[in-house]
Amino acid sequence: MKALFQKISKGHRVTPEELLELFTQATLPELGSLAHALRLGKHPDPTVTFVVDRNINYTNVCMSECKFCAFYSKVGDEGGYVLSRESFRQKIEETLELGGTQILLQGGMNPALDLDWYIDLLRWLTATFPIHVHGFSPPEISWLADQSDLSIAETVMKLKEAGLKSIPGGGAEILVDAVRRQVSPNKCSVDQWLGVMREAHRVGMRSTATMMFGHLETPEEIVEHLVRIRDLQDETGGFTAFIPWTFQPTHTKLQLEKATADAYLRVLALSRIFLDNVDNVQASWVTQGEKIAQVALFFGANDMGSTMIEENVVAAAGVDHMLPKEELIRVVAAAGFTPVQRDCFYNHLKVCA
Amino acid sequence: MDFIDLKLASIWDKVRAGERLTFEDGMVLYASHDLSGVGRMADFVRRKRHGNVAYYVYNQHVNYTNVCSNRCTFCAFATDEGTGHAYTWSIEEVKSRLRERMDEPVREIHMVGGLNKNLDFDYFTGLLKAIAEVRPEATIKAFTAVEIDYLSRLSGLSLAETVAELKQAGLAMMPGGGAEVMSERVHEALFPKKIGKDRWLEVMETVHDAGIPTNATMLYGHIETLEERVAHLMTLRDLQDRTGGFSSFIPLAFHSKNTQLSHLPPTTGVDDLKNVAVARLMLDNFDHIKAYWVMIGEKMAQVALSFGADDLDGTIIEERITHTAGATSAKGLTRAEMFAMIRGAGFEPVERDSFYNHIS
Repeated sequence: MKALFQKISKGHRVTPEELLELFTQATLPELGSLAHALRLGKHPDPTVTFVVDRNINYTNVCMSECKFCAFYSKVGDEGGYVLSRESFRQKIEETLELGGTQILLQGGMNPALDLDWYIDLLRWLTATFPIHVHGFSPPEISWLADQSDLSIAETVMKLKEAGLKSIPGGGAEILVDAVRRQVSPNKCSVDQWLGVMREAHRVGMRSTATMMFGHLETPEEIVEHLVRIRDLQDETGGFTAFIPWTFQPTHTKLQLEKATADAYLRVLALSRIFLDNVDNVQASWVTQGEKIAQVALFFGANDMGSTMIEENVVAAAGVDHMLPKEELIRVVAAAGFTPVQRDCFYNHLKVCA
Repeated sequence: MDFIDLKLASIWDKVRAGERLTFEDGMVLYASHDLSGVGRMADFVRRKRHGNVAYYVYNQHVNYTNVCSNRCTFCAFATDEGTGHAYTWSIEEVKSRLRERMDEPVREIHMVGGLNKNLDFDYFTGLLKAIAEVRPEATIKAFTAVEIDYLSRLSGLSLAETVAELKQAGLAMMPGGGAEVMSERVHEALFPKKIGKDRWLEVMETVHDAGIPTNATMLYGHIETLEERVAHLMTLRDLQDRTGGFSSFIPLAFHSKNTQLSHLPPTTGVDDLKNVAVARLMLDNFDHIKAYWVMIGEKMAQVALSFGADDLDGTIIEERITHTAGATSAKGLTRAEMFAMIRGAGFEPVERDSFYNHIS
């Protein structure tokens, strides 16, 4: 272990086997020290960034029926909705008033919506509002390509031309098909997920990458997920950030014990240690609450994610952590960092000290 | 592994050599931005003392009254007689509350309450005897130094005589509350009616001399300075050198909701961990450092096990005081939940009694 610690401190790349060794052998503060030193190496300024945005879920109707999801409504069910233009307008105007710079636009795989609907929506959004559209995770794009009999490359291109600026890294869950078959059998495969990101990066769009853990996966599968992300990043360099977060079991079909704070901080630190080619690692206050999110700033995270003026998906799973912008700024500053509002590409917009 | 904060290196040399840390060291630790560096040192000391074990106790809280004449500014629990939510339990009521949980293996009764002028000394000895009668196998851990001081005035007896009477009635251990932060400045500002530092220490010394172990606490996250925190820890360490009577130290995170200090924000996660870790490093003569999950939340308490804490306190059902001040932690944890927290952090749960004897 001592030799491994030294190797990491010197900035050498960690192998999957070594990461697994750290996963099972290192203490929590040892992982924190390693990850924080690497974070300071990449970002020597003690700043912590965040973005002001709103999650807009255009529809909750979804064919995917993932077992970990408490948000979706089945096709034909009563609670299904597709957001009207009027609702969009109201939500976005409110976001702009609150100093928001982007919307995170995601929704279910709703068979009533075809590619033209998406393109019309993007064109209208881009023409109407001065706001960055960060939208459509790989499962949505992959599904849309299937529905339209288009290749992933063509679909990505059409969305880009209609105004899509960047892609969120959701729907990655665990990038191991054996796990996906159990928790999200109708969602895109590992290769499809990576394929969407590869195409998006190839046409110049940046994206984030996520990992949802704390359900049926093993430590080895978490390591495999990180390997897939690091490999694609070596190839494209298109990922702006990595965002691990824990499965929230309430109201879902997977009745499991919630992953603990220790597990979260451990995986967060391991992510920073392994992903030497990804600049930013986000803390997840939505799933962890503000206290652990603040501690996460010493476990590899350099970004607090979004203020999330509105969040529906995690809230549907019974988690009601709220972190108003002022409170986010307070906990970042109390930890000795300078809070900085950023845009989607991690350009600094405003120091909030 | 190197430290990110280079100032920690010389402290690490002392920690490894088992040397006592100074006031200045305490200040460096509190001020350090190297959270995990401080945590690594605290974890080293913790593992040297307790290995991989994390303790918990199966306990029950009894808050016999919320009527209190002290009315400290940081308290949301206390009230005046006659207000709608004022209550005082009779000895019979306390007995029936204990009887409600007779099917549970409660090992410790934690009992504290307000300074209620309508209660006489016999009530308190009566309470202890009643608890001993209903729960003979449980240890009675009761009354902070503030209550003991009050009881000695109520009984007209000396401090030592008062403690002897209480001990005879069944008092076997004392909690560590009421010290808050031992600073005259903070005392004047937040709890002028409550006993101050000197009397608190006098009570503790008397209780220790009577062969009754106690805990010690520090209420942080209000108006205290880092200097005042370190001085508080050093004062406790000095008394412990003399008496050896402190069993554990518990940093208490201030909750402001419903108090006169409600404008103050909650403590942060980093500060919660710092208080555990710095206490572990400064209090070299204390066996146990508790992460009190009721106050810092289950998540922080679990992480604190890797930052110097070896004890998560109780399973506690019906915690009232911190929840009146807006605590969002669960009101009680089951044994299974306690196990999941401890094992999830890689430690081995060990149920203990009040004196840290292992219960199989």
